[in-house]
Amino acid sequence: MTTTLKAPRAESRSIGSNVRGYAERVRGGDMGALPAVFGLVVLCTVFSILKPAFLTSGNFANLFTQGAAVTVIAMGLVFVLLLGEIDLSAGFASGVCAAVLAIMLTDQGLPWYAAVGAAILTGVVIGTVIGTLVAKLGIPSFVVTLAAFLGFQGLVLLLVKGGTNISIRDETILAISNKYLPPALGWGLLAAGVVGYAALQLLRARKRTGRGLAADPVSLIAVRVGALAVLGGLAVYFLNLERSRNAAVVSLKGVPVVVPIIVVLLLVLTFVLRRTGFGRHLYAVGGNAEAARRAGINVDRMKISAFMICSTLAAVGGVIAASRASSVDPNTGGSNVLLYAVGAAVIGGTSLFGGKGRVLDAVLGGAVVAVIENGMGLMGYSSGVKYIVTGSVLLLAAGVDALSRKRAAAAGLR
Amino acid sequence: MTPVLELRGIDKSFGPVQVLHDVSFSVYPGEVTALVGDNGAGKSTLVKCVGGIHPIDSGSYFFEGKPVQVHSPRDAAALGIEIVYQDLALCDNLDIVQNMFLGREHKRGLVLDEDTMEEMAAKTLQSLSVKTVKSIRQHVSSLSGGQRQTVAIAKAVLWNSKVVILDEPTAALGVAQTAQVLELVRRLADQGLAVVLISHNMNDVFAVSDRIAALYLGRMAAQVKTSEVTHAQVVELITSGRSGDLGLTNGVPA
Ligand SMILES: Nc1ncnc2c1ncn2[C@@H]1O[C@H](COP(=O)(O)OP(=O)(O)OP(=O)(O)O)[C@@H](O)[C@H]1O
Ligand SMILES: [Mg+2]
Repeated sequence: MTTTLKAPRAESRSIGSNVRGYAERVRGGDMGALPAVFGLVVLCTVFSILKPAFLTSGNFANLFTQGAAVTVIAMGLVFVLLLGEIDLSAGFASGVCAAVLAIMLTDQGLPWYAAVGAAILTGVVIGTVIGTLVAKLGIPSFVVTLAAFLGFQGLVLLLVKGGTNISIRDETILAISNKYLPPALGWGLLAAGVVGYAALQLLRARKRTGRGLAADPVSLIAVRVGALAVLGGLAVYFLNLERSRNAAVVSLKGVPVVVPIIVVLLLVLTFVLRRTGFGRHLYAVGGNAEAARRAGINVDRMKISAFMICSTLAAVGGVIAASRASSVDPNTGGSNVLLYAVGAAVIGGTSLFGGKGRVLDAVLGGAVVAVIENGMGLMGYSSGVKYIVTGSVLLLAAGVDALSRKRAAAAGLR
Repeated sequence: MTPVLELRGIDKSFGPVQVLHDVSFSVYPGEVTALVGDNGAGKSTLVKCVGGIHPIDSGSYFFEGKPVQVHSPRDAAALGIEIVYQDLALCDNLDIVQNMFLGREHKRGLVLDEDTMEEMAAKTLQSLSVKTVKSIRQHVSSLSGGQRQTVAIAKAVLWNSKVVILDEPTAALGVAQTAQVLELVRRLADQGLAVVLISHNMNDVFAVSDRIAALYLGRMAAQVKTSEVTHAQVVELITSGRSGDLGLTNGVPA
């Protein structure tokens, strides 16, 4: 008994100790968001230098609408990856849900909310079925979802009647990926977000200090809030610039509608993972399923819920993709969508081995994937090259994940 | 003194194999009862019967003098019986507090009440005079074997438990860490808990226990006070089921 228990009251949580703790974690193999943030900075710098068009407001707005669907699907995948499982069908599940949306809107003439409801319900059902097969029958998720991958590909084909496409004309659905918030609203939402974040952080720190528990110092909170305000401010400012070539005819400015949707999903899902018993149990099952079982956690139910959440978010991703393409065709949710989504989650720092991951990872990784896709497109590379590069980046991210695990094991951290 | 936990005439078979024969076992508050026996004698099976993991075939189960029915781990936990399994059952990717409250989190509405859990965990660790962990918000993956064992034990005593059963808690530990865990085991008993310690190490058994219960081929060979027997006698009880006038005669308790 050499070192002493630092009672929580005595435990300091200054900026210095936070930085030190972070450095220690990184050295121990837990890189967190570091590779994704580093990659983003490097990629953006390189593309801006090589292709000035990359750094325009129009292209910046494009990045968001381009990456949104993959990011949302990746958010869902995080839940499944947390359990150490995989959902290879998430891409085509989003395609099936998009097709359901399109059919409800056009053939059935339903209002947009009913059609979205039907698409999401489809996602819920898909996830429940996959989850049940994995949890109750014990078929490996790799196999179940590989089968579903093929099955859903066929289902999309049948739904859109072989090779044609269904175009979407509903204003509300189209607005998601093609319309922008009024500039003032963009600023207003950002201000509300920053103030809300600051208030939450301060309140929590005050409550903890009041109970004699270690709390983040005000200076650290100020740094975090400041960073959010500056980054958010820059983004909103940039997106609010006029990007129409002929502003007199049609004005194009503002934050894409899909951005607040992603932010809300990020906040809600992060809350679920970090602050609820359900989220805690997901991590527990991913970390040690037997321990979770002995602690009275219903492991099967957790698995089914994770697949359900994944497919439900895939449905949301499908709606966003349909909005962006203004139509649904047999390839919606196909080709590279799944790989990009898995790549996004893993690049962001979610482990393929389970137990480690955040919803924010999907957003950061989704940004990396979108920047690669967008920047290389601007530079005139073919799809072939883009696939190869993205594939390599995914491999790199998975390598980093595996290596950091090894490193953690070597450091006695696992 | 009345035992807090008492089993009488427990039989337990797995299919055609009878693993426990007419086992009686008593555990007293404020004492460490060592449960010893050779590999396969039935120690873990007996403990799992106590913990509600295996149903007993016949026999009676008394808790604080009253007959009770224990059909699941939850029933045992509700009585105040906590078992620390040899393979620990901690989640490496969660911190100490999160592990201690796993499956029994304090909540306010939907939201986890982290502050209360942190306070209670710190208090429990302090009451056990655990001084080896740097921060209770540390991931369990960064702890040594002894520290992990400590967390598992702290998790067991967090719930105002009355009986804590430890299945070979020192089997994988080095000398210093074994000493730490044994010290902790003694402290639990001194605080009034009934502790059952399963161990193959006679030195450990004699160092901390007040009573020794020796299982031999699924039968309780003897339950004796530690102070009234010698090392050699206990080894004999373990290996042959009897020692002098202690133990089984023709397979039946004397
Ligand atoms: N679930 C089970 N099904 C069938 N037989 C079992 C089961 N669990 C235990 N046994 C048998 O019961 C006997 C006693 O096993 P138990 O694990 O209780 O021994 P133990 O005293 O804990 O041994 P050790 O010191 O090796 O841990 C063994 O012969 C074992 O094979
Ligand atoms: Mg055993």
